[in-house]
Amino acid sequence: MLTCFGKKNIRLTILTYTLKILLIDRPDGTYCFRLHNDRVYYMSERILKLATNISRDKLVSVGTCFGKFTKTQKFRLHITALDFLAPYAKFKVWVKPGSEQSFLYGNHIMKSGLGRITENTAQYQGVVVYSMADVPLGFGVAAKTTQECRMVDPMSIVVFHQADIGEYIRSEDTLT
Amino acid sequence: MGRKLDPTVKVKRGPGRKARKQKGAETELSKFLVDDDGPKKLSSRSRKRAIKRAQVTKEPKQEEKSKKGFSDENSKWLKPTQRKRKIEQSEEDEDSDSQWEEEDDDDEEGFGKKEMEEEEDDDDEDMVDDYGADEGDEQDSDGEELLPIERAARKQKKQIRKKPGSDDDEDEEEEDDDDEEDEKDDLKEDEEEEEDTVQANFDETETFKLPAAADRAKEGLLQMDLQTIHQRIRDNVDVLSHFSEKREEGKERSEYLSLLRSDLCTYYSYNEFLISKLMDIFPVSELIDFLEANEIQRPVTIRTNTLKTRRRDLAQALINRGVNLDPLGKWSKVGLVIYDSSVPIGATPEYLSGQYMLQGASSFLPVMALSPQEGESVLDMSAAPGGKTTYMAQLMRNTGMIVANDANADRLKSVVGNIHRLGVTNAVICNYDGRQFPKVMGGFDRVLLDAPCSGTGVISKDPGVKTGKDEADVLRSAHLQKELILSAIDSVNADSPTGGYLVYCTCSIMVEENEWVVDYALKKRNVKLVPTGLDFGKEGFIRFKERRFHPSLKLSRRFYPHSQNMDGFFVAKLKKLSNTIPTAPRETEDEVESTKTETAASSEQIQKPESKQQKPASTPEKSNMGKKQKLKPEKSETPIITKKAGVKSENKKSDGPKKAKIAKLDGETSKKSAKPNKKQKVKELNGDSTKEVVIEKKKGSQFEKNNKTKRKNLLKKNKNRMGKNKFKKLKNMVGQ
Repeated sequence: MLTCFGKKNIRLTILTYTLKILLIDRPDGTYCFRLHNDRVYYMSERILKLATNISRDKLVSVGTCFGKFTKTQKFRLHITALDFLAPYAKFKVWVKPGSEQSFLYGNHIMKSGLGRITENTAQYQGVVVYSMADVPLGFGVAAKTTQECRMVDPMSIVVFHQADIGEYIRSEDTLT
Repeated sequence: MGRKLDPTVKVKRGPGRKARKQKGAETELSKFLVDDDGPKKLSSRSRKRAIKRAQVTKEPKQEEKSKKGFSDENSKWLKPTQRKRKIEQSEEDEDSDSQWEEEDDDDEEGFGKKEMEEEEDDDDEDMVDDYGADEGDEQDSDGEELLPIERAARKQKKQIRKKPGSDDDEDEEEEDDDDEEDEKDDLKEDEEEEEDTVQANFDETETFKLPAAADRAKEGLLQMDLQTIHQRIRDNVDVLSHFSEKREEGKERSEYLSLLRSDLCTYYSYNEFLISKLMDIFPVSELIDFLEANEIQRPVTIRTNTLKTRRRDLAQALINRGVNLDPLGKWSKVGLVIYDSSVPIGATPEYLSGQYMLQGASSFLPVMALSPQEGESVLDMSAAPGGKTTYMAQLMRNTGMIVANDANADRLKSVVGNIHRLGVTNAVICNYDGRQFPKVMGGFDRVLLDAPCSGTGVISKDPGVKTGKDEADVLRSAHLQKELILSAIDSVNADSPTGGYLVYCTCSIMVEENEWVVDYALKKRNVKLVPTGLDFGKEGFIRFKERRFHPSLKLSRRFYPHSQNMDGFFVAKLKKLSNTIPTAPRETEDEVESTKTETAASSEQIQKPESKQQKPASTPEKSNMGKKQKLKPEKSETPIITKKAGVKSENKKSDGPKKAKIAKLDGETSKKSAKPNKKQKVKELNGDSTKEVVIEKKKGSQFEKNNKTKRKNLLKKNKNRMGKNKFKKLKNMVGQ
C-alpha cells in the first residue's frame, strides 16, 4: 500500500524530528506504517490483519494516524503522532507557562516565551515543544539556532508553530 | 446617642438628679419594642370583647385543634418537626399536615407567634388579617367614636368571609409551601375568578376534591398559574398515595390520575404519551422526583485516562488550575466529579494532552460490566463519540484489538479525535451499519452495544425529548435495537476462552427499548443473562403491564437521575452459550439433527432424506425448515466462499449433509468443536431423544453464518464445486 516514494518522504520528515526510527520493531510486536486514503497510519501487524476485513471505503482509521500526504505529495506530520515521536526527540524546546496558551492557540513562540532550548539546535531544525512540566505540547521548527536565540530581541519569533494539541479542539474535523 | 446597647446596665429611677439624665439606648428602645410574649394588659372593654370572642369560636376551634394532634395549650410553643417532603410523610394525619403548613408559613414569614395566632384565628373563621388583640387595642387607642363603626364593619367582613372563609382557611392549611402573601392573593383570585375550581379542590381540610368536568373545561380557557397547578399536583399525589383515606366519595382513581396527567403535562411541558408511559413505569410519588430531576443538569464528570496518568495526579493538577472536584464514588476508581471550575474543563492542557475525558457517570457502567481483558478482541457497535471505546482501551492497556463502529460518519470524527487524543493504539474505526456486523467481521470475544434509543433517560440534556417522542418513535427504536442486538449476538464468539459476553445498554428508561429487547434476544438466540457486576441501581422489570419477561431479567440494571444522580440508563450483560442459532421454536430430533444451524437453502434438501430416516420426523418440522429457508434468503455468498475449505473438509468427515453444516465460518476453534459435534451427531442419528439432541445442538458446532454453510454443504454434497453463477444455482436449489 505504501509506495517506496512515500516511505522515503516520511522518513525524511521523521528524521528531522527524531534520531532514528525506533518504531518498527518493538518489544511487543512488529508495527508498520500503512497508507490509506492519503494518510499514513501506524499500527501493529495484528491489527493490520484484522483490519483487512473491513472494506476500504468504510474504514475510517486504523491504529494511529501519523500524518498525511498533501495533493502535491508533501508529507504533513499530524499532532496525533506526538505521543510516539516525543520520547525520541533530539531537540526540544520548553515554553514558559505564560506563553503556553498562546502556542496552543496556534501562534509561533517568541523569545519572551522561550524557557529552555537544547544546545546546538540548528536553524530550521524540527523540534518538539514541551511545557515546563514536561508535557509535550506539539511540534515546531526552530527559527534560530541556539546561539542566535540568546542574542535576539524578546519579540522575535524563535520557533515556528507546526502542530499543537489545541488542534484536537480547533480542528477536530480535519483529523480524519 | 453614643451609649452602647447593654441590657445589664441598671436604669436609675426615683426623683434624684441621676434619674433625670438621659437613659441609654436600651431603655429608650424598650419603650417602643413591645414584648409580645407577655399577656397584654387589656382594658375592661377589650376584656369583655375577648370573652365574647372566646365563646363564639370555642367549638370550631376545638374541632380543628383535635385534628392537629396537639393540645390547645401546647399548640403555641410546641411545633412539629419540619418535614422535607410533605408527600412522603403525609402518612400521618392530615391534621399534622395542616399544622406543618402553618408552621411552614410561620418560618417563611417570620411572623412568629402572631401567625400562629392568625392561623388559629383563621381556623376560627376569623379574617386572615385578623390581628385580634391588636385591633382591640387600636380601637381603644383610636377613640370611642370609631368603635361602633369599626365594629360593625368588621362584623360584616367576618360574616362575608365566613362562608367562603372556611374554604379559604382550608386553602391556607392545604397550601403549605406557598407564602402567606401568595395565599392571600390566591384567596382573592379564587374568590373573584376561580371560585368554582379552587374551592372545589379545597372544600374540606382533608380531601382534595376533583374539579368537575365543566370546571376543567373552564380551566382550559383560563390561564391557570403554575403555582396553582403545582399545588394541585401535590395534593393529587397526596390523595393517590393514601387513596382509601383521602379519596372523595364517588370519584374513581382514574379520574384523579387523568387530572394528574394533564397537570403534569402542563407543568413540566411533556406530551401526553410520555407522561402516560412514565406513569406506568414509576409510582406516582417517584414520578414527581423523576420529573423534577429531569429539570436540572446532572453533575459534570470526567474519567481519568489511566494510559497516561493517575487519578491522584490528575486531580492534583486540576486543583492547581482552580477546579473543584471529588472522586466520583466508591464504585469507580477513575471517575471524578467536577463541582465548579475557573477554567473550561474541556480545554485545559491536561484535557488536550489526553489525561482525561469528559464522560457522563452512567457511561462508565456498561464498560465496567463488560470488563474487557487484555489481549481480547472487542467490538463497539455504536461507538460515537468514543468515551466507552477509549475506556475499554484503557482497561485493556492498549493490547488486543478494538473495533469501533458507528453508522454516522460525522460523529465518527469525534471518535477518531478522542482515540488519538487519549493515546489509544489498538483501535480500528469503521463506518458500517451495525446490522451488517457478523458479515463484515465476527468472532469477537466481547461486544458492547450502546443502542440508539429514544433518549428518555437524558431529558435533562435534551429537553426536546419531552415533546418530540411518541409511540411510533419508541417502536421504531425498539425494532432497530432488536435487529442490532441479534447482530451483536451473532458477532460474539461463544467459544472464546476468555469471553463470549455482550453488554446491551441504552440511555432510555422505556421498557419497550430495554427489557423487551433483551427478552426478545433471549428467545431468539442461545444466550443467557448474567450478573452485570454493578451492585447498585434498580433491578430490571420482570413484568410490565401485560407483558411478562424472562425471570433472569432481574439481573439487568436500571439507573435513574433521581435516585443515582446519573442519566437514566439500562445495562444488561448476556453470555452467549453457543454459536448455533436456534430456528423457530421447535425441539424435534429432525430439526436438531438436520440443522444445527438455522435456515439454509440446502438444509431442506438435506433434511428431507434425513427425515425419512428418522421416523419421528414430522411434517410440521419440514414446513418449519421450509419457513426457515424463506426466512433467510438474503444471506450473502461471501461467507460461503470463505468457508469453502472448511466445509469441504468437514463434508468428508461427516456422514450427512447436516454435518457438513458444521462448516466453520471462521477460525480454528469451530473446527475443533465441529469434530466432537460430529461424533455427537452420529449418536443422535442412532436415535437419541430430542432433548439430548437439543443439548448437543447447543454444545454443537459454531458458525455464524448458518445459511451459507448449509447451502455450501448442500452444494458440496451435490457438486463439490461452486461454479461462477453460484447465486443462481443456490436459488435453484432453494426452489427445489
